Amino acid sequence: MTAVVAARRSGLGAISINPVAKIAAALVIALTLAFSLDVVSASVALALELVLLPFAGLSWGAFWRRTAAVWIAAPLAGLTVVLYGRPSGQVFVTWWFVQVSEGSLHLALATLLRVLAIALPAVVLFATVDATALADGLAQLLHLPARFVLGALAALRLLGLMRDDWRALALARRARGVGDRGRLRRFAGLAFALFVLSIRRGTALATAMEARGFGGSTARSWARPSRFGAREVLLIVVAGAIAAVAVTAAVVTGQWVLGGR
Amino acid sequence: MTATSALASRAKIVWRWRVVDIVVAAVIGVAAGVIYWAWQFPAAGFAAILPGVQSLGYGLWLLAGVLAALIVRKPGAALFAELVAALVEALVGNAWGGPITFLYGIVEGIGAEIVFAIFLYASWRLVTAMLAGAVSGIGGGILDIVLYTPGVTAGYVAVYLVCFAISGALLAGLVGWLIVRALRPTGALNRFASGRQRAV
Amino acid sequence: MRSGPDVSPPAAVRARGWGWRHAGRRAWALLDLDLAVEPGERVLLLGPSGAGKSTLLAALAGVLGGDDDGDSSGILTVDGRDPRAARGSVGLVLQDPDSQVIMSRVGDDVAFGCENLGVPRDELWARVREALELVGLDVPLDHPTEALSGGQKQRLALAGALAMRPGLLLLDEPTANIDPDGVLEVRDAVGAVLARTGATAIIVEHRVEAWLDVVDRVVVLGSDGTLMADGEPRAVLAAHGDALAAAGVWVPGREPRIARRDGPAERPALLTAEGLSLARVPGSPLAATVSSPLEVRVAAGEVLALTGPNGSGKTTLALTLGGLLAPFAGEVRAEPPLAAGADPHPIRMRSRELLTRIGTVFQTPEHQFLTSTAREELALGPRTLRLDPAVVDQRVDELLDRLGLDALADANPFTLSGGQKRRLSVGAVLATRPRVLVLDEPTFGQDAVTWAALVELLEELRSVGSAVVAATHDPRFVAALGADELALSAVLA
Repeated sequence: MTAVVAARRSGLGAISINPVAKIAAALVIALTLAFSLDVVSASVALALELVLLPFAGLSWGAFWRRTAAVWIAAPLAGLTVVLYGRPSGQVFVTWWFVQVSEGSLHLALATLLRVLAIALPAVVLFATVDATALADGLAQLLHLPARFVLGALAALRLLGLMRDDWRALALARRARGVGDRGRLRRFAGLAFALFVLSIRRGTALATAMEARGFGGSTARSWARPSRFGAREVLLIVVAGAIAAVAVTAAVVTGQWVLGGR
Repeated sequence: MTATSALASRAKIVWRWRVVDIVVAAVIGVAAGVIYWAWQFPAAGFAAILPGVQSLGYGLWLLAGVLAALIVRKPGAALFAELVAALVEALVGNAWGGPITFLYGIVEGIGAEIVFAIFLYASWRLVTAMLAGAVSGIGGGILDIVLYTPGVTAGYVAVYLVCFAISGALLAGLVGWLIVRALRPTGALNRFASGRQRAV
Repeated sequence: MRSGPDVSPPAAVRARGWGWRHAGRRAWALLDLDLAVEPGERVLLLGPSGAGKSTLLAALAGVLGGDDDGDSSGILTVDGRDPRAARGSVGLVLQDPDSQVIMSRVGDDVAFGCENLGVPRDELWARVREALELVGLDVPLDHPTEALSGGQKQRLALAGALAMRPGLLLLDEPTANIDPDGVLEVRDAVGAVLARTGATAIIVEHRVEAWLDVVDRVVVLGSDGTLMADGEPRAVLAAHGDALAAAGVWVPGREPRIARRDGPAERPALLTAEGLSLARVPGSPLAATVSSPLEVRVAAGEVLALTGPNGSGKTTLALTLGGLLAPFAGEVRAEPPLAAGADPHPIRMRSRELLTRIGTVFQTPEHQFLTSTAREELALGPRTLRLDPAVVDQRVDELLDRLGLDALADANPFTLSGGQKRRLSVGAVLATRPRVLVLDEPTFGQDAVTWAALVELLEELRSVGSAVVAATHDPRFVAALGADELALSAVLA
């Protein structure tokens, strides 16, 4: 988790594209595909994405590691729809609330593909985001209030400490004799202790930030300029193109239905 | 301090965020993100085959917003904390990736925010907290259905949303309120009004 | 050079009848303080904990808070202005290295203050480089702050304050939570900064000796928040040395002396380890290089000190011996007198079995607190062992008395002072009378009084046959207990 917050700035293209552009690109795809649930738009988008993803600057190992959750979640979503999808056509299985039908199978396939099509680019693009660059972008380009953006960024610093705290807290419970039983209770106790420690550290961090002039009325300057140039625009255009092609394909084949069939 | 200036400064207090308010609200979001992540993996596989009742376990994801609002007591606290928690989840890696996770943060955060706003940010009681958790849950549930499994039956949707609301009320509202109550004697909330209040 | 276009003029500090009371408290943290600090003076602020030193520094930095945080009385000014208006021209360095790191890269962190002040970009980066050079932090600008040692983090905080060109520098126990090497690094950095900028400085510390050459004036606050002494360093220390030592300050020449006792006649080995290898991340063999195999022998009536530089694995070894971490290779064995029926490998012992065999005291007391009052904290162990309630009460009362925590029996553990927390965490472990006691940096950040109390306690335990293992970088501690040393030199990367 140590590399999470400060991504390495290596030479590959997609890594150093402004994070705001990456988020915009992923949103363009997500919001467009969200309007319809059909196999065509989802698969077309997915196919185009899979072609482009290797250029995102992620190593194979990192790719599989980061997207593992997606590859698991997509079939699971499909499974839910298989069992509880809106029934139509021939019904194969009925059991309590479960109704597996032609329609639900079809919807399930569309669901699986759509989850992949929306989530894969989002995960991959975000995997190479540097938190500081994101904060700079949100505050300088989108003009979100600087105090909140930077406050959140500073709080993120405590993430590594919290992980260490969690580990120490768990070991301490074993040392205090309560490590044998009651996992749920221990989890609750651990979570509570983590909140206590974190809030205290957060309060101290706030004091340190204020001592450096944070939160005052002076107009701030930016040490790291956040730029939005040709590369960023290109990324969003590409995302838009993928979305457009996918939707067009679906409309043309008559499959595009608002909200799914 | 004269009576009028005391009143005026009390009104000012409610709306202006201090630095410590911002940082602690963010820290709650980060800590909640850590806890969510520890909670996440067990839930997934088991959940897929349930007829909508699996959302009874999802309320924990709404804790950051309710808890931050109860502690910091400023407008926008729930939304802010949920966004930060979403950021942490996205950075550490989850099934949806950045933008969608933020969308969840926004929707769930606003859900809680609406309830606190209706009470004019003056009620921090258990009932308010549970209501905030419930509405937050409905928001998250709707987003889940729309993005994840839009092909399911209306019955499934109804069960899912109701369970999500219940879960939000309990795991976010009740648990959040209990956490604040337990935090007070530790002195961790000394810089907040919520740390000094006796009742509520 | 003392002044010029690139250095701010040193600030003057004036306090007249100044006091502060935190919201919700009845007692005033500081009352009726009259103090004048001239531009360029370097003041060492001493006094017992609770005397309000941190409050004063926070007030001067303008970070105490507004009306909803407390009440003030009297006047406090920096260069004639209210401190809150002067924010940005006052630098503050606090005690905890981790809670002052704001950004993930060194350069960005130092630049933060300048950004807040609106310094233009080019000038900003020039100042950043200058500040880092002055504090002697020789790392690239994109070096991750997470990877810095405690001493480096404190120097980073100093650089961050320095880049703002403050006229007043405030240091609140900057070396309390770092190892001895780091202490000297920080002291030297502060000395260099003050020599170069000529800024006024107020330093709070209880380790006086290292700072005597840096300061030219000593001010002592009493425990009720009033001024007790003020003058030239050596004169004040000579006149008030005893009172200061009693308040926990490490006064040169009046360090605590611990009487050594005889140990038990029999000293059987209780814990042994052979071919023991440790990995940096517990449980994950992939993570890092492993230390070379170690032999360890922990015997009754003896103290074993685990020493070595930062990162050499002292804590990992201590926790492994405590049965909390699994060895990467090799084994830790509890000999028959200790194992007494349980699995001979501490890592495989059940949590309850550890209570009476090997007790572990963590570096951060807060990690161990499970209950909401000091009394319950002490009672938890014996209760978990299902001891008779009368026995539990007796042990708890004994410990409260022995540790000087009687008055705080019903206080929430998190509200105690640093020294009290440390004593409580040790007491909670001792309540179940383990034969072996493992401590991780027990004297870390402690003032002289708590240090003495702890060392005496350990010496007493040793003399009645307990075994003590301590991971420590405190050479005085090792000497006072006559401990055997196991020096870890290979660094676990």
